[in-house]
Amino acid sequence: MHHEPAPEMGDDAASAYKTRTGLILFAIYGLIYAGFVVINTISPKTMGHVVFAGLNLAVVYGFGLIALAIVMGLIYNAMCTRAEDRMNQTEGDTDNDL
Amino acid sequence: MIYEASLIAVGLFVAFVLFVLWISFFLARRATSASSYYAAGGQIHWAVNGIAFAGDYLSAASFLGIAGMIAFYGYDGFLYSIGFLAGWVVALFVVAEPLKRLGKYTLSDALDAAFNSKGIQLMAGISALVVSVCYLIPQMVGAGALVTPLLGLPHYAGVMMVGVVVILIVATAGMASATYVQFMKGGLLIIFSSILVAAVLYNGVGLRPSNSAHELVTLEATTADDGTVTAVDDPQYEIVGQYEDDVSLVLLERDGIRTWWSVEASGDTVQLQEALSKTTTATGATLYNGAPQEEGRFFQVGTFSRIVVDGEEVESLDRVGPFQFLAVIQESDVIRFIPTRFDYNGDSVNVWYQTVTPGESLMRPGVRFKIDEGATFLSRLDFISLMLALFLGTAALPHILIRYYTVPDQRSARKSTVVAIAAIGFFYILTLFLGMGAMVSGVLDVESSNMSAPLLARDFGFILFAIISALAFATVLGTVSGLIVASCGAVVHDLVHHFMGMKLNEKVQVRAGRLVAVIVGILAILLGILFQGTNVSFLVGLAFAVAASANLPSIMLLLFWKKTTARGITASILTGIVASLGLILLSPMMWDIYGLGAENAPVPLENPGIISIPLSFMMLVAVSLMTQPKAETIPNITPVVDTPAAQGD
Repeated sequence: MHHEPAPEMGDDAASAYKTRTGLILFAIYGLIYAGFVVINTISPKTMGHVVFAGLNLAVVYGFGLIALAIVMGLIYNAMCTRAEDRMNQTEGDTDNDL
Repeated sequence: MIYEASLIAVGLFVAFVLFVLWISFFLARRATSASSYYAAGGQIHWAVNGIAFAGDYLSAASFLGIAGMIAFYGYDGFLYSIGFLAGWVVALFVVAEPLKRLGKYTLSDALDAAFNSKGIQLMAGISALVVSVCYLIPQMVGAGALVTPLLGLPHYAGVMMVGVVVILIVATAGMASATYVQFMKGGLLIIFSSILVAAVLYNGVGLRPSNSAHELVTLEATTADDGTVTAVDDPQYEIVGQYEDDVSLVLLERDGIRTWWSVEASGDTVQLQEALSKTTTATGATLYNGAPQEEGRFFQVGTFSRIVVDGEEVESLDRVGPFQFLAVIQESDVIRFIPTRFDYNGDSVNVWYQTVTPGESLMRPGVRFKIDEGATFLSRLDFISLMLALFLGTAALPHILIRYYTVPDQRSARKSTVVAIAAIGFFYILTLFLGMGAMVSGVLDVESSNMSAPLLARDFGFILFAIISALAFATVLGTVSGLIVASCGAVVHDLVHHFMGMKLNEKVQVRAGRLVAVIVGILAILLGILFQGTNVSFLVGLAFAVAASANLPSIMLLLFWKKTTARGITASILTGIVASLGLILLSPMMWDIYGLGAENAPVPLENPGIISIPLSFMMLVAVSLMTQPKAETIPNITPVVDTPAAQGD
């Protein structure tokens, strides 16, 4: 079987919207990540305080950063998919959403 | 050294390798064009690609390195998990879709899409090759570290085995097989790691984690005023020497076997606590706890010294929940073994002595990274530098970037990345339980933190150990495959085809790619042997820092800054590579490896990212502003798709 090169998308009317959304979400996550690094750097003992179910701030914040990445990824995908469907009405993409 | 070869593990490993090779040969017939060789024809389903992303990303560093670092240092190791995953946010929100729109096969294509610049082609190709090789080294070192306990073979044998198998896979089939290998490996790794964590939690916690765990011996001793140990309460032991430095150690002899013990003052009494030692004698013999390796006197370590549950001290606790498990460690104390090295009567001695560390310290940062007591401005800056490189490095790794070209469209690229984040995020949460579980289960080998997760699995039976070990091998196998494919792309596609202008037809490109796979594979084998014993995480950190410095400024500014020029990108990549590699080569850790003393290193930072990444950004901006041509095409995400350069040739 002979494959052709990866197909390219045509004009994507949702491109600017997706770029803006991505940058906003990136900025939000970046700030929260920066907060984590700053607390660890300046006051690591603060991270030792128990805050929830016997877990300290380090564990809760760390798990939170991982969970937040997943949740924000799902939100971003949903927003972009909706924007693509709305703005690129001629597109014939039949992929199922996540 | 403290393990025996396992026939079950060997059998499973061989079966897995044969299965992988079968798939590779089967798919090889499909790899007839350059696109199918390098990027699987752009037809991989997004869900498969997402798990394959996870398979690519969960390398030896993730599975072996992070779990091991957590087992040895506690939460500090988990910071790698957090940083590695956070990097995917950059990949998803900033890089994934625009890159998919821009490129065809490789990073060089993406960067070159708007300019068709020889400088970019050369530097992007070199960058992809350098980063891939940097990332290859820890994988190969990991292969060597694994093979010793699994097959009872020396380090170099493991490195060569992985190298040869990967060369066979990549040279025959390329990315198509690599994608399916990574998909299988990524999926199985997550499933079996979950099973292992469930087993840890089901097993609960205890002062004596298992019947086979070594019971640490403590002796009462008498000391003189100057601290010299003068007598031991057990008459079977004879004092034959003492060593004083940061820690006080005593050499005792019993039945002709000499072992080291640490001196611990406890109130009015003095106790001698059992230590582990590896002695290389003046005659070249190596003794483990005073006897040859075969006698098996070296034991596995890592236990609670005190277990506290809801404020009450207990001896054990059956079946803990995940949060409860972490909360118990937070309240309890753990016995860790701290390494020290010295010369004694002509012998070179490595001793690992006991220290009790409060769980409260282990469950927050500061045990490994110098950010707590005794921290300096530079040590804190070094920590920030590491976290910055981890955050920004992921999106710039060529073997991750190339996977964006294996899916049909932007939507699939995005979905793949979301699947990858979910899978990798879940796995990284497991690493905390794997590492902490190993720390208190009496399974650790003080000589090899990388073996912590597989040894934890062995505690639950040989079947699980065999599967986990086989998966660990597959982890190395798959990651190395992806890296070698990325290297082939860099050399054949970027350097030969584009930069040198040699217009090879598709079949010749594929043949050239296979030749490069063999050469890079052999190089990886040699480097893997050369860097035996070098810290895997250090090498991975190096690769991330180089990738973030060399590639990320170019990718981001090309996508989001319209004044970016070809010369700016070329200068930025060159600056990123030279600065990051230069700073690493001048760092305290490398100075220590050179034998010149870490304190004499001209650069006080271990992690270069805090300097090299901004420097690379600044260079790109400065050179771009200086080289603004009157009629140059302004790079722009939307139109770049339709330019001739973007369509490839």
